[in-house]
Amino acid sequence: MTYDATFRVWRGDASGGDLQTYTVEVNEGEVVLDVVHRLQATQAGDLAVRWNCKAGKCGSCSAEINGRPRLMCMTRMSTFGEAETVTVTPLRTFPVIRDLVTDVSFNYEQAARIPAFAPQARDADGNHRMQQVDVERSQEFRKCIECWLCQDTCHVIRDHEGNKAAFSGPRFLIRLAELDMHPLDVTDRRDAAQDEFGLGYCNITKCCSEVCPEGIHLTDNGIIPLKERVVDRRFDPLTFLGSTIGRRPKD
Amino acid sequence: MELERHDYDVVVVGAGGAGLRAAIEAHESGARTAVVCKSLLGKAHTVMAEGGIAAAMANLYPEDNWRVHFRDTMRGGKMLNHWRMAQLHAQEAPDRVRELEDWGALFDRTPDGLISQRDFGGHRYARLAHVGDRTGLELIRTLQQRTVALGIDVYMECTVTRLLTDDDGVTGAFGYWRESGRFLAWRAPSVVLATGGIGKSYKVTSNSWEYTGDGHSLALQAGATLVNMEFVQFHPTGMVWPPSVRGILVTESVRGDGGILKNSAGNRFMFDYIPDFFRKETAETQDEADRWYEDKKNNRRPPELLPRDEVARAINSEVKAGRGTPHGGVFLDIASRRSAEYIRKRLPSMYHQFRELAEVDITAEAMEVGPTCHYVMGGVEVDPDSEAARVPGLFAAGEVAGGMHGSNRLGGNSLSDLLVFGRRAGAAAAAHALGHRDRAELPEDALADAARAALAPFDREGGENPYTVQHDLQQTMHDLVGIIRNATEMEQALERIAVLRERVANLSVEGHRQYNPGWHLALDLPHMLVVGECIARAALERQESRGGHTRDDFPATDAGWARTNLVCSLAADGSVALTRQPLPVMPAELAEIFEESP
Repeated sequence: MTYDATFRVWRGDASGGDLQTYTVEVNEGEVVLDVVHRLQATQAGDLAVRWNCKAGKCGSCSAEINGRPRLMCMTRMSTFGEAETVTVTPLRTFPVIRDLVTDVSFNYEQAARIPAFAPQARDADGNHRMQQVDVERSQEFRKCIECWLCQDTCHVIRDHEGNKAAFSGPRFLIRLAELDMHPLDVTDRRDAAQDEFGLGYCNITKCCSEVCPEGIHLTDNGIIPLKERVVDRRFDPLTFLGSTIGRRPKD
Repeated sequence: MELERHDYDVVVVGAGGAGLRAAIEAHESGARTAVVCKSLLGKAHTVMAEGGIAAAMANLYPEDNWRVHFRDTMRGGKMLNHWRMAQLHAQEAPDRVRELEDWGALFDRTPDGLISQRDFGGHRYARLAHVGDRTGLELIRTLQQRTVALGIDVYMECTVTRLLTDDDGVTGAFGYWRESGRFLAWRAPSVVLATGGIGKSYKVTSNSWEYTGDGHSLALQAGATLVNMEFVQFHPTGMVWPPSVRGILVTESVRGDGGILKNSAGNRFMFDYIPDFFRKETAETQDEADRWYEDKKNNRRPPELLPRDEVARAINSEVKAGRGTPHGGVFLDIASRRSAEYIRKRLPSMYHQFRELAEVDITAEAMEVGPTCHYVMGGVEVDPDSEAARVPGLFAAGEVAGGMHGSNRLGGNSLSDLLVFGRRAGAAAAAHALGHRDRAELPEDALADAARAALAPFDREGGENPYTVQHDLQQTMHDLVGIIRNATEMEQALERIAVLRERVANLSVEGHRQYNPGWHLALDLPHMLVVGECIARAALERQESRGGHTRDDFPATDAGWARTNLVCSLAADGSVALTRQPLPVMPAELAEIFEESP
């Protein structure tokens, strides 16, 4: 089962870099991250890579493997032929720090901008009551492991650096959808979704759903319903009338 | 010297459940608070917890209350737990779960709309609040989002290498940015250690790279003590195949939700391993065990749900006796006992993990599982109410703290431990800081010394490769201080650790300071080594078997050791010193709980 594979790994930093070629042993059942670790231990002790759980639960080891955004810990070597060269490069949407490690602070800045969860009061006995069917809609989005693969693949920011100022990316649109569908939350974030987080930039090509390692239906279950809710609010004639009358100057 | 400097009231080291809960509480108590963590925010090991948060909320069984939870916890720890910690934990856990809902957590529900609770090993009633089998993710995300909403400063990908102290206690901490390799120092009268465990000292482990015992080691160096270090939990069910995933956790929920263990002959072997200590509360027949899931009043718990130490030892014995699976584990079967739909619903991440990593469909076939190093019961000796260590201004909560779980932790009690004692540590750290507003200046020579020590591996040429040394340490602990121990092997381990100590002093790393994992490992290795030595020394000293410490040369529990804790400290020459300390005496009103019928 053991064979020698050819790996091309991007090495470098913000000032530049290139693909370096390694020949490295691969054993039965291994994933790309195992092979990267073997490179570290035997040939490139300073090869920079993020990882934590090695079980697809933490979302740290994101990279592009043969050009496709993936978790290294969940990409089995058996999906490649023994003669196939495996190319590992850092997430392209974010600036490189070193080797496979990128500066993902954009995502943490977006997270901090989201209007926080605000719950309704508890019942008299100190409990919140919710039905399973109602919590499941938001639970789907709370499965998100924040691997940023959806952010990486989304062409709105992958190909247009300038859009980062106006568009927070699919991860945060489903965070807004999650809060919008949360049975206890009382804050209305629909205007913010459109005006501050760039919901309108998404043209629902569903690339984010395709790369999600958790199988979250970002577009179908999160972003499209959120768009519909925004449209309801903005273009429903009655709501429009109501908000216009409400805004009439007092004097 | 030139370095980045910050002033805070409270610095929390670690951003898992305990660290974030401590930071939230410290912040809300009015303290200027920082969190420092080795990974990105939200990636801490808490994220891997699967089963749930144990709390006697009585949402499914009105008979449940804190006394029953307290009793289960103490018995699971073979009565070595600090009674006061076990009491506080059982009393406060329900409120800690409820407040998570106010911060956005979405637990699975009962038909009445309350938080649902699931069965787990050693717990008399269904008690674990959960979200499928990804409860840890929900916990960490909820606390992370709360931390962000409160605007608490987080130093991500930043490693603390030293605690700074003077004669009056803690003055701050020193560390480096992983990204740039540049140094920084925090001046703070209170430091909360919430660094988690030590599993990376073992070869087969469910733990991530971060679990290098930093907090245990930092506490020792600052003059604090560690208690119960001989007790290491081997989770009974880790993956065993393929080799690259060996050790990855398979949640106890599989058994809580109806899964059973079988050997290669197809026998449900746990019935052969029921210890006298738990005989009265464990089912004798398969029929009774199977009825228990639906009717807990008239039936007793299946032996698969004995505490983890019992199940891990049983699996180990079956494999040793030649009744293991082809890859050296046993079979964990839920496929033949529950519908595929139920399994996918209750255990989605297990389904996904086995399908992706082992090409096994757990709704159709049995899993192969075996013990994996999972958790250290031992840790910093703290005051139960405040989590204060022996050094003024130093606090510890979560896995890095000791005492709460005695000789063996029950599943589900870890997440509740993080919340209960994280909150208490945060409050006490804030109170301590607010009483010490005059900041001590950090001595320049100590900062310069910390910087010199951190850079030493770059200055050495031709020294040892840190990855090789780590591998040898893991092999030593696995082979000689593992799940079954004896004096000869542990003495051998201590000899090897002495050699490893010299090798760690001679590490060299290639490259430069920017995001250099080889260098980072070189700085973690001394922590791993001293923790390994603590475990080996304490395990050699305790001449009995109890909980997560099993000796084949002393297979029985011992009444004398039932009243004795082992405490590790650092001697002046840097070696580990061991002292015996009597167990705190439980007050009569708690002791009588154990007289009640099981």
